[in-house]
Amino acid sequence: MKRALSIIVSNEHGVLSRVVGLFSGRGYNIDSLTVAPTMNNEFSRINITTSGDDAAFEQITKQLHKLIPTYKVLEGCEFVERECALVRIGINENLAGLDSLLKSFNGSIAHSNDETITICVNDTSDRIDNFLKTMKKFNPIDYARSGSLLMEVK
Amino acid sequence: MINGSKMICEALKLEGVEVVFGYPGGAALNIYDELYKQNDFKHVLVRHEQGAAHAADGYARASGKVGVAIVTSGPGFTNTLTGVATAYADSIPMVLISAQVANSLIGTDAFQEIDAVGMSRPCVKHSYLVKTIEELPRVLKEAFFIARSGRPGPVHIDIPKDITATKGEFKYPSEINIKTYKPTYKGNPRQIKRLANAILESKKPLLYLGGGCISSNASNEIRYFIEKTKIPAVCTLMGLGVLEHDNPYNLRMAGMHGSYRANMAMSECDLLISVGARFDDRITGKTSEFAKLAKIAHIDIDPSSISKIIKADFPIVGDIKNVMSDLNNEVGNNLDFSEWHEILNRHENLYPTFTYQDSDEVLKPQWVINECAKITPNANVITDVGQHQMWVAQFFKFNEPRRLSTSGGLGTMGYSIPAALGVAFAKNNEVVLNFAGDGSFLMNIQELMTLTASNKKVINIILNNSYLGMVRQWQTRFYNERYSETNLEDVQPDYEMLAKSFGCDAYRVKSKDEFIKAYHECLKSPRTCVIDVVISRFEDVLPMVPAGAAIYNMILPQNLIAKDNK
Repeated sequence: MKRALSIIVSNEHGVLSRVVGLFSGRGYNIDSLTVAPTMNNEFSRINITTSGDDAAFEQITKQLHKLIPTYKVLEGCEFVERECALVRIGINENLAGLDSLLKSFNGSIAHSNDETITICVNDTSDRIDNFLKTMKKFNPIDYARSGSLLMEVK
Repeated sequence: MINGSKMICEALKLEGVEVVFGYPGGAALNIYDELYKQNDFKHVLVRHEQGAAHAADGYARASGKVGVAIVTSGPGFTNTLTGVATAYADSIPMVLISAQVANSLIGTDAFQEIDAVGMSRPCVKHSYLVKTIEELPRVLKEAFFIARSGRPGPVHIDIPKDITATKGEFKYPSEINIKTYKPTYKGNPRQIKRLANAILESKKPLLYLGGGCISSNASNEIRYFIEKTKIPAVCTLMGLGVLEHDNPYNLRMAGMHGSYRANMAMSECDLLISVGARFDDRITGKTSEFAKLAKIAHIDIDPSSISKIIKADFPIVGDIKNVMSDLNNEVGNNLDFSEWHEILNRHENLYPTFTYQDSDEVLKPQWVINECAKITPNANVITDVGQHQMWVAQFFKFNEPRRLSTSGGLGTMGYSIPAALGVAFAKNNEVVLNFAGDGSFLMNIQELMTLTASNKKVINIILNNSYLGMVRQWQTRFYNERYSETNLEDVQPDYEMLAKSFGCDAYRVKSKDEFIKAYHECLKSPRTCVIDVVISRFEDVLPMVPAGAAIYNMILPQNLIAKDNK
């Protein structure tokens, strides 16, 4: 089962490895991870998406609470989710239909040169999955994903 | 303005530290130079850094204070990890200060450099790498605060060599306020009331006492609760001493080597109240069969312990002392559990708690332990890990908390000699009695030298069956007697000569008379003593619950006798 959690931690060195160590120590995989300071620079927000059973997830949540630098663990709440993806395709591909695809996924061209163009999309992870599937017809050379950025709905 | 090393000494003084255990080295030279100049606390030079961590651990268990160890970078630090993990597994308050290579060298694979904070992270409550002199006083203060508050545990501070030499202003914080760390000390009153009501409705309630009762110094509150409610109690290895040995409601130790009555009480109770215990697999056996008929109440200061293994119907987060005190105010005193006590008495009559067959031909370990308990009932006991540890848990009569120091959670062989050193510093002029097996005694035997050099007296008793006994026991029962790498016969040192070379009094005994005579000699001696006791080779620790079986499926001494007579 797919899970999303957002952890507010003290903005100090070493805190990220403490958090991810709890996952690796239990043989639990992290699907995506994003980290950056919050509006209050004293704290950082670590967003993690993962999958696993209820019991293991409950344990991880409790262990996250137990870490000294953890201020808040947000999980099971409604999140606004956004993920960014960059896709590079060759300039010589048949680009018919790319425009309408970009429109429907709120995408744009982030970079281009005489060999490749790089497209940027910003959407939910599920929609980015679909976008990447659709992009296959343009024979993408490479893509990069940011991982989910999460914010709870108050 | 003082340098970082002086700041460390000042902080230790302000924290009331009486003794630190450590070992010098290149990166720690500045710290050791300051240690040389001060007289506020004693530094004890161990003979191996693992010993420093175990000694700090033993000191903390026996005194209830924070144990402190100081070591150098690289191997000095890595050698302590077993001791730190041991303290972490049993929630023992400890501050480990490790020196690190200079900030400018960190990450360059410098001589004696290791990512110490990275390595300690999974086995400490918290850790710090000090990057600036300005943060050092706060870090030192926080480390002691975190180690002793909430669920206690080891805290590691890694201090680069340049920081130990850099001068700065020493402003030691008077109070600590960590926004992200607020342990819950007071139990939720509604949950406590719910539990009190559940006790009223219960016919077969049972207390299950763990090491948390000792950490929180809650023995008096628990004893009063039992006196008031007449609810029987079992304990874990870590909970020995919370109740007096002969308290009529003390069903004694439960679990893998627990008594028949204690394990049947766990299996038949209708309300199990776990107090500072964490449902370790050595207690629960097969979890799906554990306390199947019972509602579960779980009182613990650590929220992550609750419902970790067994789902709690009454989760109460709080300090045991506070919660039990509140619970005492909530429960009535006109409770009647006489039918439950009759059932438990019948269990006791069927298979009496912790029995053994004595012999005049060969020394039985249980007899040796019983004699020590008879002659020195108030001894501070330390054990190593193995069969002897379980025999001590079963047969020594513990009447007070903090009288037993043993590696419960991690099961660390080599724990006992250095831990006994720490206990000897915590309990000056009291009897300190260390039980070890012949296997475990060798694992940190170099600390006998530290005992001698420190003029500390520990009576060490080796229960010597020339086997790695506990492993041998499992091989006998579950591996068709294939004694793979456990037979130590003919490959043992002469413990008597070895101990004498460390400056100890030493004896090798084979009979009851010899043992009693040697033990009295040891009590009279001012020195650390070693008695190598030759015991019966094939004695097993019973009862025994095979790993993974339900705890009511015990191999009992009677079964063994019946089998032997066939």
